Amino acid sequence: MRIQCPYCGERDLSEFAYHGDAAFRRPDPDAPDAAARFFEALYLRENPAGPHEELWYHASGCRSWLRVTRNTRTHEILAVSFPKPSASA
Amino acid sequence: MSVDAAKCIFDIAEIQFVGRAVAIIGGTICRLYHSAEAVALMHYSIFNLMRQALSGHRGWGPAWRDATPKSTYDVVIIGGGGHGLATAHYLAKVHGISNVAVLERGWIGSGNAGRNTTIIRSNYLLPGNNPFYEWSMKLWEGLEQDLNYNAMVSQRGVLNIYHSDAQRDTYARRGNAMRMHGVDAELLDAAGVRRMLPFLDYESARFPIHGGLLQRRGGTARHDAVVWGFARAASDRGVDIIQNCEVTGFIRAAGRIVGVETTRGAIRASKIGMAVAGSSSRVAALAGLTLPIESHVLQAFVSEAIKPFIAGVVTFGAGHFYISQSDKGGLVFGGDLDGYNSYAQRGNLPTVEDVCEGAMALMPAIGRVRVLRSWGGVMDMSMDGSPIIDRTGIEGLYLNAGWCYGGFKATPASGWCFAHLLARDESHEVARAYRLDRFASGHLIDERGVGAQPNLH
Repeated sequence: MRIQCPYCGERDLSEFAYHGDAAFRRPDPDAPDAAARFFEALYLRENPAGPHEELWYHASGCRSWLRVTRNTRTHEILAVSFPKPSASA
Repeated sequence: MSVDAAKCIFDIAEIQFVGRAVAIIGGTICRLYHSAEAVALMHYSIFNLMRQALSGHRGWGPAWRDATPKSTYDVVIIGGGGHGLATAHYLAKVHGISNVAVLERGWIGSGNAGRNTTIIRSNYLLPGNNPFYEWSMKLWEGLEQDLNYNAMVSQRGVLNIYHSDAQRDTYARRGNAMRMHGVDAELLDAAGVRRMLPFLDYESARFPIHGGLLQRRGGTARHDAVVWGFARAASDRGVDIIQNCEVTGFIRAAGRIVGVETTRGAIRASKIGMAVAGSSSRVAALAGLTLPIESHVLQAFVSEAIKPFIAGVVTFGAGHFYISQSDKGGLVFGGDLDGYNSYAQRGNLPTVEDVCEGAMALMPAIGRVRVLRSWGGVMDMSMDGSPIIDRTGIEGLYLNAGWCYGGFKATPASGWCFAHLLARDESHEVARAYRLDRFASGHLIDERGVGAQPNLH
C-alpha cells in the first residue's frame, strides 16, 4: 500500500501512522445531551466495508496530517487531501 | 485382516506422513459420503476405528449434517465460526434448546476460526476478563471428551518473555492477579527460561532476556478441528448448520426483530444471535445499529516444517511477536495488527517486516527457516480491547462481538456464555462485564490502557 502525499509524492505505507476514522467531530460540551453525544463521537464507528474517510500522519516525511479516502475491501487509495480546518471544526 | 484393509491402512499412513495421496483422499471422501448418508452419527472410539480399519474404512459417515433451512426456529445464530457453533452446541446441550439454526455465509470455519494462530491461554490481568478466559480454559480441558472429537488440545505452556526489571514487575503483577483468580502462573528468571529454551538470544544488548511469565496450562488447539467438533456435536443434537446462507436483512414486527432475510429465504426465530466477528458492524448495520467496533487486519505466518524445536508458545516482550510450532512442524507466528481499518483478509509488508524483526531479535536461530504462507483475518476490534456478549437494545437481537485478536482461545466460553444469554435472557456470571453499554457508562475493560484507539489494543 502506498499513499500519494500531496507534498512528497507517492510514499510507502511504512512512512505513515494511522489515526483512524476522519468522521470525528467534537460535540458541543454545553449541549444538554453532551454526555450521549461524546459517547457516540468517541466510541461508535460506521466501520464501512468500502470507501472510508480516514486520517493518516506522514510521520517519516513532511509530518502533514492527511485525509485519505481508502477502500477497506481492497486497500485502494481513492483520494488524498489535507484536512481542511472547517472539516474538523 | 484382508489385503484391502491392510492396503487402506498403508494408504492412510502415506497420506499422513508423506502427503502425496491427494487423489486417494478425494476418492475416499467421495466414497465415504455416498455410503454414509443413511448412517447415523458414529461415536468415535478406538473400537470403532478398529472396526472401520477392518472393513476398509467404508463405514464412516459425514461428521455433521449440511441442513437446508426451515422457515422457523427457536434460535437463529448468524455466523458459523467457532463461536456460533459453540453457542449452538451449548444451547442444545446445556439448555435443551435444539431447534436452532446456525447460518453461515460461506462454509463453516471459513472466517477467523480458520485464520488464527491456535493459541489458548487465560493469562489476563483484569477482573472482568480473567474469570471468563479461565472458564474457557477449563472448557478446553474437557472439550474433547465433551465433543467426542479430537481437537488436539495441547497444554504445552505459554511463556511471555520479559526484558527489563520494570517489565518483570508488570508481569509479576499479572501473574499475581492470575493466581488470585485461581489460575496457574509462574514467574521464571533468566536461568529458568534458559532451561526451557536454550536457543533464545539471551545476551542481546538491546533486548536481554531477564525471564518470563509462564502459564503451563496454556497451549494450542487445532483450529479447524474445534470448528468441526462443535459442528458435529451440535448437529448431533438436532441443530441445523446451514452454509452458503448470507443474512441480507432483519424482519421486524411490533418493534422487535423476529427473523432474518437470507440468500436462502426468510427464516423466523424468536431470538437471533450475531457471532460474526469482523463482519459485526455490517450485520449490525442491517438492524440499524452502530457498534463500538472497527475491523482491522491481523496477519499470521507459517514456516516450512522443521523438526521439533519450540516446545510451547513463546512471546517476545520487547516488541509484538508470538510463536509456536504445529504438530506438522511448521512454525506458526504473528505480531501486531497492520493498524488500519480493513476487510481485505490480507495485509501489507511493513507488518511482515516488523514481525520478522521480532523473530530475529528473540530467536535468531530461525533466521534461515523459510516462510511458507501468510494470511490475514478481519478482527472485530472493540474500543477497549475486550469483547461484548449482551443484548442489543432491540428485542430479539443478541450480540457476541469485539473479540479483537483473542477470539480463538475464547471459543468455548464465548459459546457457553452466549448460549446462557440467549436461553435465559441474563448474562452468565463470568461474562457479566462484557456489556454493550459499558462504553457509555465508563466501565471499560482495557487490559492495555490505551483508550478508544482500536488499532493499539
